[in-house]
Amino acid sequence: MTVQSSSELIERSLVRGMMPRTKPGRSYNYVLRGVALLFTAVLALFVWSVLHQSWPAWSTYGLHIITGNNWAPAANDFGALPLILATVLTAGVALLFAVPIGIGTALTLNFLVPRRLAGPLTTTVELLAAVPSVVYGLWGLNVIVPWMSTTAQPWLASITNGGWPFSGNAIGLGIATASVVLAVMVLPTIVAISRDVIGTVPRDLVEGALSLGATRSQVLTRVVIPNAKVGLLGAVSLGAGRALGETIAVAMVIGSSPSMPHSLFSLGSTLASTIATQYTDAPQMHMAALGALAVILMVMTASVNALARALVNRGTKGAS
Amino acid sequence: MTDLLAQLPQDPMLERRRLVQATAAKTQRSRATRSSLFTTLISACLALAVVPLFLVIAALIVRGGKVITWTFLTQAPLQPTIFDQETIGGVGNAILGSLVVDGVAALVAVPVGIVLGLYLAETESRWANALRSVTEIMTGLPSILLGIFAFIYVVTNMHTYSGLAASVALAMLMTPVITKAAETALRAVPRTLTEAGLALGARQSKVSLKVVLPVAAPGIITGVLLALARAIGETAPLLFVIGASIRYDWNPLHAMSALPLMTYQYSSAAYDSQHTAAWGVGLILVIIVLLLNISARLISAYMRRERH
Repeated sequence: MTVQSSSELIERSLVRGMMPRTKPGRSYNYVLRGVALLFTAVLALFVWSVLHQSWPAWSTYGLHIITGNNWAPAANDFGALPLILATVLTAGVALLFAVPIGIGTALTLNFLVPRRLAGPLTTTVELLAAVPSVVYGLWGLNVIVPWMSTTAQPWLASITNGGWPFSGNAIGLGIATASVVLAVMVLPTIVAISRDVIGTVPRDLVEGALSLGATRSQVLTRVVIPNAKVGLLGAVSLGAGRALGETIAVAMVIGSSPSMPHSLFSLGSTLASTIATQYTDAPQMHMAALGALAVILMVMTASVNALARALVNRGTKGAS
Repeated sequence: MTDLLAQLPQDPMLERRRLVQATAAKTQRSRATRSSLFTTLISACLALAVVPLFLVIAALIVRGGKVITWTFLTQAPLQPTIFDQETIGGVGNAILGSLVVDGVAALVAVPVGIVLGLYLAETESRWANALRSVTEIMTGLPSILLGIFAFIYVVTNMHTYSGLAASVALAMLMTPVITKAAETALRAVPRTLTEAGLALGARQSKVSLKVVLPVAAPGIITGVLLALARAIGETAPLLFVIGASIRYDWNPLHAMSALPLMTYQYSSAAYDSQHTAAWGVGLILVIIVLLLNISARLISAYMRRERH
């Protein structure tokens, strides 16, 4: 063993520490790429697994699964049209409430509320998104359902004299109630994204309009909203994606009856809630049909989400 | 003087301005009323949006607050009978189950999410862009689909329901959330820091791990906490994979239970005592989730203050 001089030691350690012995950061890059590849593989596996499981249903029933209007697992009849309609209907009615309220809230938070209050109020609205959906289901089942059956539904029925779309028994459970619960659940999403989008409307435009003597409402409806249009549409689509895929809360209040919805008071069952309530212990073909529902749901939510992302990105980029 | 001015030829711009001013003055009252009506309307929207949170929390405290006792938090559930409807035991096993299931999920999702975030923040390629879009879309997919995934791969292969299967589904749920947060936080780190590190002769890997990652840490921690909060509250992915056991069990290879699942089951159970228990479990769940959310917010507020 030769005794090394200290300067030699320092030199060697410096060289070892500083000079790349191999190509710079090769193993590091391998790790990054490897994990990315692995994750992509798992995602592909995920999509494939759902497709694969649903395959027997598609090959046996074909498009009857989408167009058939009778979902009767006991009779081996799997037509998901009532489920698709209930899904779209609940999401649509929920948006009918949530979009105006959400955009109004976003406008208020951005333009009317003093800055010191805006922070806590925004947090409060955003915490709505944090509440687990099972808690909304519990609340819907025990608070909204009784309120609907004793107060809201009789009142609505009296408006149309028991005619469409408020016909049927006011039992509380059903599509209308699911929509109300969904509206509360998608509200924070719409508020959060709308606020971001509205925040990118150039300050000069707003101030220019104000200096010309426009009133607040004129500025908001004629300058801010038209400028944020694309992004707001994205916010709405993101809310729609959430409403279409919501499972537990809807399953708890919609009444789980896979029949064709003929009014807002009728019981129903959405794609997601049907999977949730029937998947356990389903026999072979039934499970394949539920897999087919999962495929329909995946295609629906993924395309709505992709559209939403594109709109939001364009909305926030185009304006700034 | 005024006579002189009157003799000048009329300026069309001035004429136009006079017209605008006259119209503005004439419509001022109606525009002001309309404006105050509109602002009242959208302020009412804000009030409507804030109310549900308080309604939900008030309902949870009023209906579920009284069932939370030490026994409730620590014991395993008991099946009440028609003669003894008040004996429901506790939800200790579900608290333990939630801890184990979410812990195992985080063990996988946190490192994978951070590494993916590093990859997306440092790579500019079509491939990375595609992966970014896919992870963003993933965050919006219904979580029940992940339950199906876990059922097909874990439950059918292990021939048993297990906490592990639930962890797999929840890890899939958490990863994109963490990735997104990590990428955003990493991209926000000033470019000059990276360049200074590289100029000193350090490798890209060293700069990323020793310089960029620590600076981005608060943002990443915020993302992890939010992902955890979301995973803890999820019921749908657990429904047909976790097995809803009523026994105490540490081992994630066995059937377990979890807080949100307990709320779901108790809400449609047979006895009133169980319905009250559902509110109690919901209250515990909301407290955990809100605590996680608020600490995430505090961290990101702290981070923002540091930067300015």
